[in-house]
Amino acid sequence: MIVTKNLKKVFGNNWVLNGIDETINKGEKVVVIGPSGSGKSTFLRCLNLLEEPTEGEIWFEGKKINDKNVDINKIRQKMGMVFQQFNLFPHLTVLENITLAPTKLGIMTKDQADDKAIELLNRIGLKEKALSYPNQLSGGQKQRIAIIRALAMNPDVMLFDEPTSALDPEMVGEVLELMEALAQEGMTMVVVTHEMRFAKRVATRVMFMDEGKIVEQNTPEAFFDNPQHPRLKEFLSKIL
Amino acid sequence: MKGEKILYLSGSWFNWANDLYKSFYNALIPNQRYMSYINGLKITLLISFFAVIIGILIGILVAVLKVASVNYKMRWLSNICNIYVNVIRGTPLMVQLLIIYNLIFTSRNTNEIVVGAVCFGINSGAYVAEIIRAGIESVDKGQMEAGRSLGLSYVQTMRKIILPQAIKNILPALGNEFITLIKETSVASVIAVTELTKAAQYIGSRTWKILPPLIIAALCYLVLVMGLSKLLSLFERRLAKGDRN
Repeated sequence: MIVTKNLKKVFGNNWVLNGIDETINKGEKVVVIGPSGSGKSTFLRCLNLLEEPTEGEIWFEGKKINDKNVDINKIRQKMGMVFQQFNLFPHLTVLENITLAPTKLGIMTKDQADDKAIELLNRIGLKEKALSYPNQLSGGQKQRIAIIRALAMNPDVMLFDEPTSALDPEMVGEVLELMEALAQEGMTMVVVTHEMRFAKRVATRVMFMDEGKIVEQNTPEAFFDNPQHPRLKEFLSKIL
Repeated sequence: MKGEKILYLSGSWFNWANDLYKSFYNALIPNQRYMSYINGLKITLLISFFAVIIGILIGILVAVLKVASVNYKMRWLSNICNIYVNVIRGTPLMVQLLIIYNLIFTSRNTNEIVVGAVCFGINSGAYVAEIIRAGIESVDKGQMEAGRSLGLSYVQTMRKIILPQAIKNILPALGNEFITLIKETSVASVIAVTELTKAAQYIGSRTWKILPPLIIAALCYLVLVMGLSKLLSLFERRLAKGDRN
């Protein structure tokens, strides 16, 4: 579904991504971990071109997307993204946050979008918050709404950029629960996170990035129980 | 002796008050002079209103072009915008007004009010552009990323997500600019527009007392600006709805 070929990204003269060749298939749940500054967020943000790669190719559903002739807005409609800082729109109600893109892009009528939004809000138990503003919500509620805002576009893949890093510890659970439920429904997911328990439980594949490269990847069992690369061993020994 | 003096003093006070009353009466009532103020006020409002609209349109356009030209690496575009802003901010309004009036609108039957509105609009646009640019930059860049990641285009995200938040942040500064604009329209008298200030001057030259009509004009401006301030604070409160718990 997503293929990257020799993906490189340079900021100034710092090579944040140093040649990544990777394939992510439909239905996979890929968790990317690594020390800060290893390029994992940049990798994720390159996948929907929030960062423009310096070199290399990105393919999505059989199309090369870092190409001048590709309408990236069309591509992004199929790639939901969830941010560390939620990035809800503070001047719009929860309902408007969810329905803005589908109606503005002509994918749904206002009524259809409203129905869809209510259905999604119902699912996460926040229907009564439809007319609230984001500032009236807790962090966990904000992030869950950010997730269903992306889901309202019916994406083929969901990208998560450290979705629980800005949350109070007691709110991490509700967000991870929702992500786990999504995974069980078969959503293709790429998740950058520090939540190792989530990686163990949900991932079909775990990647370890260091200095702009994918150093090691494996199934979660093998990855955590039998790490090979010394850098990964060191990393795991520090956090587990 | 003492009583006479008091009588004399109070008499002079009475005369003074009587003179004052008469001079304001003369500045307002005979020959329906109050109509001159009202007509002047109408023109002031007309010029201000259209200048504000032109100013906002130019301001938003220039501000968005400046911000976008950085993102899309179009140096020439931001250069054009910078020249506009620098020229307008670097020359006096009255000179701009005279140049535009004499150079561009040379035909005999130009409408001075239109010239005024266009000129004040172009002038205000430069200041509004800088205010709006500051507003756009005050919005967290995650907002743009969130909009784009949902598939909205740059322009759609700007219109629906960034600008509404930017305008809310800069409303006080914007209000200040419009208040300045209303008062600056008094300069329009140099191109023979009979707005409020010019109307007051005419009446002063007819009654031989310049001060009373000028004070009346000043009061008109004051009321106008206070009304606008009130309106702006109402608007501000409405936009702040997302901030409250």
